[in-house]
Amino acid sequence: MAAPVKVYGPPFSTAVARVMVTLLEKDVPFQLLPVNMAKGEHKKPDYLKIQPFGQVPAFQDEGVTIFESRAISRYVCDKYANQGNRGLFGTNPLEKASIDQWLEAEGQNFNPPSSILVFQLTFAPRMKIKQDENLIKQNEAKLASVLDVYDRRLNESRYLAGDDFTLADLSHLPNAQYLNGTDVGELFRTRKNVERWWGEVSNRESWKKVLEMQSPPAPKKA
Amino acid sequence: MVVKVYGPDYASPKRVILCLIEKEIDYETVDVDLFKGEHLSPQYLKLQPFGVLPVIEDGDYILYESRAIIRYYAEKYRSQGSELLGKTIEERGLIEQWLDVEAHNFQPPLYDLVVQLLINPKTGVASDPKRIQEDEEKLAKTLDVYEERLSVSKYLASDTFSLADLSHIPFGNYLVTTLKKEYLIRDRKNVSRWWDDISSRPSWKKVLELHPPVL
Repeated sequence: MAAPVKVYGPPFSTAVARVMVTLLEKDVPFQLLPVNMAKGEHKKPDYLKIQPFGQVPAFQDEGVTIFESRAISRYVCDKYANQGNRGLFGTNPLEKASIDQWLEAEGQNFNPPSSILVFQLTFAPRMKIKQDENLIKQNEAKLASVLDVYDRRLNESRYLAGDDFTLADLSHLPNAQYLNGTDVGELFRTRKNVERWWGEVSNRESWKKVLEMQSPPAPKKA
Repeated sequence: MVVKVYGPDYASPKRVILCLIEKEIDYETVDVDLFKGEHLSPQYLKLQPFGVLPVIEDGDYILYESRAIIRYYAEKYRSQGSELLGKTIEERGLIEQWLDVEAHNFQPPLYDLVVQLLINPKTGVASDPKRIQEDEEKLAKTLDVYEERLSVSKYLASDTFSLADLSHIPFGNYLVTTLKKEYLIRDRKNVSRWWDDISSRPSWKKVLELHPPVL
């Protein structure tokens, strides 16, 4: 049996979660190697050797090292095309192109404002960093515009790229999950089609497993 | 029937045109004037609902996001023109990696510099010197990583020119022209070598000749 692939990074990281949910959808066993960012491990020479930008995640599979979560997800879908969810990255070039289009739309339009909001609303308080009200307002407005486009799209299509759940939908899970635990979740709930879509994608077994990995289990009673 | 590329005056559509030329694919262009707000017209938004460039129309087939478009054509026309997607799944993985690095670490600060220094003056919006400095610092840090990488690899993903290198050319061109920040490239020996190599490809020369930048 091949050695499990390695994913480096903390499970609460949105980008690490993106890779984990892909691996679970594709039935690819993996080992999660924690990187303690509070202790600056992601900026130490040993880690910089595998991810020179000092970001998480990094990924290793049989001697190839790849970083950037969406690139890793694409690679996993290519390499393990015949196992797990086979339609995750499409089964023909036209399906793949539509998925790529929405993966890019996620990366270029959804990710920037949602990442800033996730940091400001979820991580900054935990790290005792002062929130920037202006930045929050600006990015809420940007995210609202993007979700308007999504709502129109999801009125015509069950999932973003077509009738099936794909990498394009998956890529939204980590940021949207955090946001739905804050007031910004209203932006999702007040858009009928986005709300329907979010309910479906966030209930996938693979994503539920990632959520379990993100929260440590409650201590068992003695 | 020939693929139509919208907005050839600007850099993101040039990513697509560059790829089409490398793959020896015929194309036509449709002008979109950003300064006249044509990218926000109802007709354009029907094609590209986010109101950004480019979008392509290939018969009835519509596709947007330049990096999705170049992936599609590089794969569809795999057997002609330059090979831009590598020979193995592993090489493809590295190309995807550096394409994403370009999108997340190279493009954002560079795009903001274009807005601050080239677009704002044309639209009467004041530029923010603090942001310009931060953009330069971010870009410099990214190029430091590139410098290291390009000391052990001829191109970003491997020793062969790929989509990952191609993706840098249209916006990178602003650095050595109207942004007047060529030193960011020239101060780095390997980045400088790489930039000269990729920007002297006949395909890029053709793009500049047929679609001179307006910014």
